[in-house]
Amino acid sequence: MRLRNLLAGSIAGVLVAAVAACGGGESESGTTTLIVKTFNQFGYDELYQQYEAAHPGIKIKEENIAKLGDYGPKLQQWLAAGSGAGDVVALEEGNLVQFMGQPDKFVNLLEHGAGSLQGNFLEWKWKQALTADGKKLVGLGTDVGAQGLCYRTDLFAKAGLPTDREQVGALWPTWDDYLATGKKFVAAKTGAGFFDSAGNLYQNILMQQSDHTYYDTANTLVIDTNPAVKTAWDKATEMVGAGLSADIAAYSPQWNAGFKNGTFATIPCPSWMLATIEKQSGPENAGKWDVAKVPGNGAVRGGSFLAVPTQSKHQAQAAELAAFLTSPKGQTTAFKAKNNFPSSPQAIDDPAVKSFTNPYFSNAPVGRIFGDSVKALTPVYLGPGNLAVGDRVTAALTAVEQGKLTPDAAWAKALEDARRAG
Amino acid sequence: MVADLHVRAPRTAPDPGPTTRWWTRADRRVSPYVFIAPFFVIFTVFGLYPLAYTAWVSLHDWGIAGETGFVGLDNYATLMADPDFWNAVVNTLGMFVMATVPQLVFALILATLLNQPLRGRTLFRLGVLAPIVTSVAAVGIVFSQIYDRDAGVANGLLGLIGVDPIDWRAGRLPSWFAISTMVDWRWTGYNSLIYLAAMQTVPRVLYEAAAIDGASRTRQFFSITIPMIKPSLIFTVIISTIGGLQLFTEPLIFGQGDFAISGGSLRQFQTVSMYMFENAFRDFDYGYGAAVAWMIFMLIMVVALINYLITRRMR
Repeated sequence: MRLRNLLAGSIAGVLVAAVAACGGGESESGTTTLIVKTFNQFGYDELYQQYEAAHPGIKIKEENIAKLGDYGPKLQQWLAAGSGAGDVVALEEGNLVQFMGQPDKFVNLLEHGAGSLQGNFLEWKWKQALTADGKKLVGLGTDVGAQGLCYRTDLFAKAGLPTDREQVGALWPTWDDYLATGKKFVAAKTGAGFFDSAGNLYQNILMQQSDHTYYDTANTLVIDTNPAVKTAWDKATEMVGAGLSADIAAYSPQWNAGFKNGTFATIPCPSWMLATIEKQSGPENAGKWDVAKVPGNGAVRGGSFLAVPTQSKHQAQAAELAAFLTSPKGQTTAFKAKNNFPSSPQAIDDPAVKSFTNPYFSNAPVGRIFGDSVKALTPVYLGPGNLAVGDRVTAALTAVEQGKLTPDAAWAKALEDARRAG
Repeated sequence: MVADLHVRAPRTAPDPGPTTRWWTRADRRVSPYVFIAPFFVIFTVFGLYPLAYTAWVSLHDWGIAGETGFVGLDNYATLMADPDFWNAVVNTLGMFVMATVPQLVFALILATLLNQPLRGRTLFRLGVLAPIVTSVAAVGIVFSQIYDRDAGVANGLLGLIGVDPIDWRAGRLPSWFAISTMVDWRWTGYNSLIYLAAMQTVPRVLYEAAAIDGASRTRQFFSITIPMIKPSLIFTVIISTIGGLQLFTEPLIFGQGDFAISGGSLRQFQTVSMYMFENAFRDFDYGYGAAVAWMIFMLIMVVALINYLITRRMR
């Protein structure tokens, strides 16, 4: 009998708990939670708060993966599996190219009234996410990778180089001048490398060379015939040969520590990288970094989009959120937070952007520096296998830096690996 | 509930009818199988089925968008001619030998020491387990810093004895060595505890008799301890083989940057598991990745068999 009572008691207990759980669910059923998937730093925290305040009943949760290299494969899995991608996904332009062939994975934003927003975006940025027939819009542009060149004023002073950003920019109208400056820097023996690793530099030079890189617009692998690739490769290996590289792989723990310890003096920095530099260098290095003009002509490097995957259960709300985040006002806010440079002409011309200076980077007028380079921007076409091929070429460059291969042998290997990967 | 039934049973069914007798017989015959069934059901669902499904996938051209055609053994044919695959096999076997041999020898020595009457024996015995409780990611991160080229402790110590700094990630042997130490750090203690347990079952009288016959400590070790704990030796060798050939996390964390899965700029320390992962989950060539996975399985079978034969022949 006692056992039976106990049993009855526990059943009642379970029932109470179950009812309580139901009650909790009901009280929350009025709210819709929108999940936003991002990589790196998008600077949306303030915008989320604004949006939640203006839309009672909507809660926004951002799920971030720090490294783009980790984010890309995950994204592909979520989309292939049909779940896990949340409601709004960030697409780096390299990701976008991979998915333009399967626009059905994403909600056509034109059906959610995005057509009227076209004027809010640079023309080529809009077209990048539009299918060839012009009927489907996969994503809305967030930022463009306007280029700058970040440098450490303390290391430059130590090496007897000018530290003023105008004078520093004047040191390197071209990459050859940058190389010459690097040689001077190394000769001064400060103990630091002139740049972090050749991969980063190579990528920047490559994006300035032509309107396409490893693939032509028909998605044929042209890495061995496109002179742009070889030009960038030769320039990068020449700099390695001159001993300018600190040989620290990008996005490694050593790279992160390198910002803090000042183990390299310069780094090509597209606008979206400033937030990374600030985070890794830490408050103790505030004012030691500055931003100068990039050698050569400006070109786009990176930049992202927001899209709504078809698997989202709240497509309409998600599309509205994406439109809000990518609006000129949204882009201006994100720029102020993390320096991701706007892809909206209205935002670029917004005095708040134009006159923006970054206190961390010695009050560099980044709004003007990136704004100048953005005017000259032309889009570069990336093929679907761009990331995979890029990884192989960068690995070959690293082998040169490690002294494991000669530049010629590494180039042959890069071509062979690219052919198999692409 | 059970208690209830027993209380009621005599009242409602005083006479065990034919149904009950049938049930009792069936109970006796079937119950044992029902009791062991969970293991086999779970093994079939989570072990056998994935194995067979992987084999099925490996016979197809299977990308992120799904299956696009049956290709028979094409994936395996490509694999046989794939230099990166063979490179990964060499790396895996190399690191396996480099890590396992010293690990087991050291574990044996450690177990012998722990088997001596020591003060605070339990503390030491528990102490050797500490590395296993440490997360492998933490071990990877700490060791990656130890083997840092510019600011690592390893190069610092080498510098004290006048050796030039080594770029641990650039060379094949240095990277193998670094990864092997990570593996050994984690697993030596575990193996030594297994040896210790085995050593404690060896009857004392054998040692006493040997001592009376004038056998030295070393002689006792090789003529009594080793032969008596042979089953444990075989067990650890096979477990280490399986673990060593599936090596993944340590080299992955040791690698750097966005393309760490390649295990170095020239794939100096990419293992077969990493190569499988690269193909299946980075390039999304599931068919090819599945073929690599099956090759890992075969490789483990072959190496485990060889090891088994070798250890059996040991005195």
